[in-house]
Amino acid sequence: MIFNGKQRIWSEYQKEIPDDHYFYVRSCIRQNFFPASEKTFLDIVQNRLGLDFFETEHHTTCGGIAYHSDSIPQETLMTIVARQFALMTDAGYKNYVASCITSFGIYTETLETWRHYPELETKVRESLWKATKREFNKPEYLAHASDVIYKLRDRIATASVNRLVNKKTGEPLKVVEHIGCHYSKMFPSKGVGGAEYPYVLTGMIEAWGGEIIDYPERRHCCGFGFRQYLVKANRGYSLSNTHKKFESMKPFKPDMIITNCPGCPYFLDRWQYVISEMEGKTYGENSQGIPVFTYEEVAGLVLGYDPWDLGLQIHQTGVEPLLDKMGIIYNKADKYKL
Amino acid sequence: MIDFGYSLTSSSRISLDNINQKKLKKITAVEPDFLKCMACGSCAASCSAGNFTKVNLRMVILLLNRGMEKEAIALIEGCMLCGKCTLVCPRGINTRNLIINILKIYKEV
Repeated sequence: MIFNGKQRIWSEYQKEIPDDHYFYVRSCIRQNFFPASEKTFLDIVQNRLGLDFFETEHHTTCGGIAYHSDSIPQETLMTIVARQFALMTDAGYKNYVASCITSFGIYTETLETWRHYPELETKVRESLWKATKREFNKPEYLAHASDVIYKLRDRIATASVNRLVNKKTGEPLKVVEHIGCHYSKMFPSKGVGGAEYPYVLTGMIEAWGGEIIDYPERRHCCGFGFRQYLVKANRGYSLSNTHKKFESMKPFKPDMIITNCPGCPYFLDRWQYVISEMEGKTYGENSQGIPVFTYEEVAGLVLGYDPWDLGLQIHQTGVEPLLDKMGIIYNKADKYKL
Repeated sequence: MIDFGYSLTSSSRISLDNINQKKLKKITAVEPDFLKCMACGSCAASCSAGNFTKVNLRMVILLLNRGMEKEAIALIEGCMLCGKCTLVCPRGINTRNLIINILKIYKEV
């Protein structure tokens, strides 16, 4: 009886994720911050696992940065989103997968808005037709790219070359997982595990041999917060948010941080450098930082990709301590080659 | 150290694990009613010194429980020990005795 009850409650936190046939849309900021992540994702799903993921060069920004910075109104945003859906419709796909957490939040928000206010959808359809002569169907399924990797985590584990294990001691690596706020905090039912028990990254780490750290500020924002960072006068607030997280996780001695958002790895990575310059404080072993990764980069490392092909040289905090712990062989000089 | 044009504000988060409980235990030993306070604020509202200074016993008890000793002592130093708060305390705490002992114990070197 109790088991059934728990099973029933947990079922509310599950998310059905289709196996194949996705229309993939990139993130505008990730291509600058961590350019190899999306390339790695497509290489894993298309070439390694032989799945159907389609992308088009006609795709543009979702408008999320401008919307969250109060630069454009929601109706403009919805028309941009409608155009992306039109591209998907033209390509003949029904499953829509976004690389970016902000985009995922924007698409979810738009679809929910249209569900509650159908007249807005009609208006946006008219605006899109007037502007571009395009029509669209709404996606049958909306996923974030981390949902797909979560779904494929066991297949990746089976094909793995490296495990998230300290090769010298044989102990699992201690991993901090950080979920983007717009993944599960805005619309909890749209993310694996909801807002209370987000499992999307934890599932990956457990499948690949790592151990998750549960620290007090685990669900705290990374500090990006759009205007908190974009307006320089507010930037100290962004930095202080990240500082709070690092102070909280430090006693647990994490080996690495994994995130599924464009902003989070950027700020958790870059602010470590800023804190070290402002306060002379570092959070990793031997006065080094804690390496921060996107989930695609971690999947790539597990599958045996060369670290410099994964773009790890773009990171501000050096990743070598983790590569050494995992026993990954790499050429130090290649880090500085184009 | 580099000035980036913005500053870092440390978190005001309090870890109860890091608080020195020794002095708090001493206070509780000499005035066990310390634990009875329900933070109603009657003491602060009726305080003679509170009109002119920052004396606020309710806040002092809260700060001591949070381990913020310096801030607490700064709030209680202006107390004239008139004892009005003892008269109004709905939990019957001997606030005069409590204040004297807080000042004794927390000002120890």
